[in-house]
Amino acid sequence: MDFLNAIILLLNYIFVPALAYGSQLALGAIFVTLIYGILRFANFATGDMMSFGTMFTILFTWYFQSVGIGLGLLPTALLAIPFAVIFMVGYMLLIDKFVFKYYRTNKSPPVQLAMVSIGVMFVTQAVVRIIIGPSDRRFFDGEKFLIRAGEFKDMTGLNEGLAIKSTQVITILVTVILVSTLFWFLNKTKTGKSMRAYSDNEDLALLSGIDPKKIVMITWIIAGILATIGGALYGLDKSFKPFTYFNNMLPIFAAAIVGGIGNPFGAFLGGYVIAFSEILLTYAYKKFFMYVLPESMEPDGLVQLLSTDYKFAVSFSILVIVLLYRPSGIFKGKVL
Amino acid sequence: MRKNLNVIAAYSIMMGLIILVGIFQSWNIALSIFNLCLISAVMTMGANIQWGYAGLINFGIMGYTALGGLAAVLISVNPVQEAWSVGGLNILFSLFLIIGMVLAVRYVLNKYEKSKTRTYIIAVIIILGIIIIRFVSEPGIEAIEEVDPAKTGFLGGFGLPIIFSWIVGALFAGGLAFVIGKIALGLRADYLAIATLLISEIVIAIIKHEDWLTRGVKNVIGLKRPAPYEVNLQQTDWFIDLVEKFNSSKLNLISDFAERQAALNQFVIEGSSIFVKLCYSGLFLIVVIALLILTQKALYSPWGRMMRAIRDNEEAANAMGKNVVKQHLLIFVLGSAIVGIAGAMLVTQDGLFTPGSYRPMRYTFLIWVMVIVGGSGNNFGAILGGFVVWFLWIEAAPIGLYLVNLTTAGLDDSHFLKVHLIESVPYFRFLMMGIGLLLIMRYRPKGILPEKIEIK
Repeated sequence: MDFLNAIILLLNYIFVPALAYGSQLALGAIFVTLIYGILRFANFATGDMMSFGTMFTILFTWYFQSVGIGLGLLPTALLAIPFAVIFMVGYMLLIDKFVFKYYRTNKSPPVQLAMVSIGVMFVTQAVVRIIIGPSDRRFFDGEKFLIRAGEFKDMTGLNEGLAIKSTQVITILVTVILVSTLFWFLNKTKTGKSMRAYSDNEDLALLSGIDPKKIVMITWIIAGILATIGGALYGLDKSFKPFTYFNNMLPIFAAAIVGGIGNPFGAFLGGYVIAFSEILLTYAYKKFFMYVLPESMEPDGLVQLLSTDYKFAVSFSILVIVLLYRPSGIFKGKVL
Repeated sequence: MRKNLNVIAAYSIMMGLIILVGIFQSWNIALSIFNLCLISAVMTMGANIQWGYAGLINFGIMGYTALGGLAAVLISVNPVQEAWSVGGLNILFSLFLIIGMVLAVRYVLNKYEKSKTRTYIIAVIIILGIIIIRFVSEPGIEAIEEVDPAKTGFLGGFGLPIIFSWIVGALFAGGLAFVIGKIALGLRADYLAIATLLISEIVIAIIKHEDWLTRGVKNVIGLKRPAPYEVNLQQTDWFIDLVEKFNSSKLNLISDFAERQAALNQFVIEGSSIFVKLCYSGLFLIVVIALLILTQKALYSPWGRMMRAIRDNEEAANAMGKNVVKQHLLIFVLGSAIVGIAGAMLVTQDGLFTPGSYRPMRYTFLIWVMVIVGGSGNNFGAILGGFVVWFLWIEAAPIGLYLVNLTTAGLDDSHFLKVHLIESVPYFRFLMMGIGLLLIMRYRPKGILPEKIEIK
C-alpha cells in the first residue's frame, strides 16, 4: 500500500506536470529547430513570437466568450487557436518578407540573422505589450480537473491523491497529434521531403528543382502553427504573461540544443529531457522516502537536491554539459 | 581634422540633445541620463572589444554586470561580525573544499588519458564534492541568514571605499569570463551566443538566491558613496556661497529678504543633487577616457592588427602561427572585465544592489543594440551607440506620449483607444529600439560610425 502511495505521489508531483511542461517546451523546441535547420539562424524572437500567437488566442477567446460561443467542458481557447494561427502565420510571413528575406537573399552570415532576430524580438515584444499589456492573464474556462485529488482518494482508498488537470491532458494530446502529423509530413509527403533535402544541402536541393521560396514559406507556416499552439497551451496550463514567455525562450533553446539543433525529433525529446530534469532535481523527496523506507530510516531534511529557485539553472547546466561533451546534441543535430 | 568630421558632428549632436533635455526638462534629468550614458558607454566598449575586434559573440553581459555589482557590495559594506562568528568557519571551509574539488578534477584531467572511466571519475568527484559541501555549508548558511534578517542576514563585505570595487569588479568578471571562455569559446558563433546567455542566467540565479552572500532579493541598500551626500552639502557654507554666486542674477531680482532666502534654499536643494551627479560624471568620465585611450592604443598596436586578422580569417591567422584559442580567451576576459567595471560603476551610482533587476533585455540585448547601432569595431562608435541608445531608451516615453497625443488628437480624451495607448506609452521604447536596430542593420550595417582602419 505504501509503495502504491509513493508511486502515486511521484505521478502527481513529478510525472504528470513534467509531461505537460515537457510537451510545451517540445513544441517550442521544434519551432527553434525548424528555423535553425531551414533558415539557418538562431531565432532569439522565439519566446516573443509564442506570446504573440497566444495574445491572438486570448483576444479571440474573449471575443467568443462575449458572443457566448463555447465548447462546454473544454476551454474556449481551443476554438480560438485556429483563428489565432491564421493571424500568426500572416505576421510571420510579413516579418519574413520585410526583414529576413533581404539577409537570406544576400547570404548573410547566421550571426547577422540572429542579430536581426533580436530586432524582431524587440518589436514583437512591444506590439504584444501595447496591445494586451504586460500583466498576468488567465483565459482558461471549462472544466478544470479531469480527476480531483479528493475524488481519486475516495475511489482508490489511498492516502495520496492524483489530480489531473484537463489542461495537462489537452496539452499532451494536442502535442502528440501535432507532432505525429508533423513527422508524417516531413517523412512521407513530397514537400516534407524537399524541406529535409533543403536543410541537408541547400545547393543540391536547388539543383534538383526544389523551389526555395515555397520551402521558406512552408517553414514559416509550420513555425507559426507550432508557436501559437505551444504558447496557447502553456498559457492555458499556467497563465499568460509576456515576460514569462520571453524567459521561456531559454529552456526552449536548451531543449533544442540538448536534442541536437536542426533535428526535430531530438528537439521533441529534448523538451522532455529538460522538463523532467528540472522537476526531478528540484523536487523534495521527503514524503516519498517516508512511504518507501521503514519508519526508523526516515530522512530529517527535505531530501531536495536543489532548491526550486534553481529550476532554470538546472536546464542550463544540462545544456552546458551537453555542449561540452556532445556539441551536436544527444541525438546528433543538423539532419532534419 | 577633416576625416574625423563625422565623429565630431555626431558627438556634438549628442551633447546638444542632452543639453536640450537640460533646458526643457531639468538639469537633474539631463545629468542622470548623461551618467547612465557614460556607464553604458563602458559596457559597449567591453562588448565592442569582443565583437568588433575579435568577432566573438557574448550574450552574457548581464552576468558580468551583476558580478561587478556584487563586487561593489562585497568591497564597500561593513563586515557583519556576528554572521562571521556564527557561520564564517563553515563558509571558509566550504570554499577550501571547492578549491580542493577543482584541483582534484584538474589532477585527474591532466594525469589520465581521455576515456570513459576518466569522465566517470570526474562525475563522481563532482557529485561527492557537492554533497559534502552542502553538508558543511548548510548549517553555516542557515545561521548567517538568521542574523537579523531584516537588516543583514549576510556576511557583509570588507568595508573599504567603494571605488576599489571598480577594479575588483573587473577581476570578478574577468575570472568568470576565463571559466566560461574555457568551456564555451570553442563553440560556433550562434551556439556561443546561446551558451553565454544561459550561463549568465545561472550567474543571476546564484546571486539572487544565495542570500548569505548577496542578501538575494532582499537587496542591499545604502551603499557607501565616493561623492558627498546632498544633505551634508546643503549645510556647507562654501556650497551655499557657490550656489548664490551662480544664481545671483535671479536672486537679485527678489527684494524681500525672507523670499530671497526661500528662493536660495530651493536653489541649494536643486544644486546639491546636481553637484553630486556632476561628481559622478567626473569619475565616470575619467574611466571612459582612460578606457578609450587604452582601447584605441590596443586597436592600432600589432596586437590589434593580429586580432583583426584572426577575426577576418581565423584559419589564415592560425596558419601564420598565431594562437587563436589563446587570443580569443584573452580578449573574452578583457572585454568581460570592462563590463565588470561598468557593473560596479552602476551600483556605485545607484547606491543599491538589486539582484532582481538584472534582466537580459536591459543588460544584454540593449547593450548589443548599442554596439550594433554605434558601429562595431570602432571605439568612438561604440561610445556613441551607448549614448544614443540610452538617450532614446529614456526619452522614448516622452516622445511616444507626444506622438500618441498627436495622432489621436481628433479623439475624445476618454476614448478607449486613446486611454489604452497612453497607458502603453512605456512600451514604445521597445518598439523604437527594435525598429531602430532593424533599420540600422538593413541600411547601415556597419553602424553610425563604421570601423575605419588606417595604417599609421
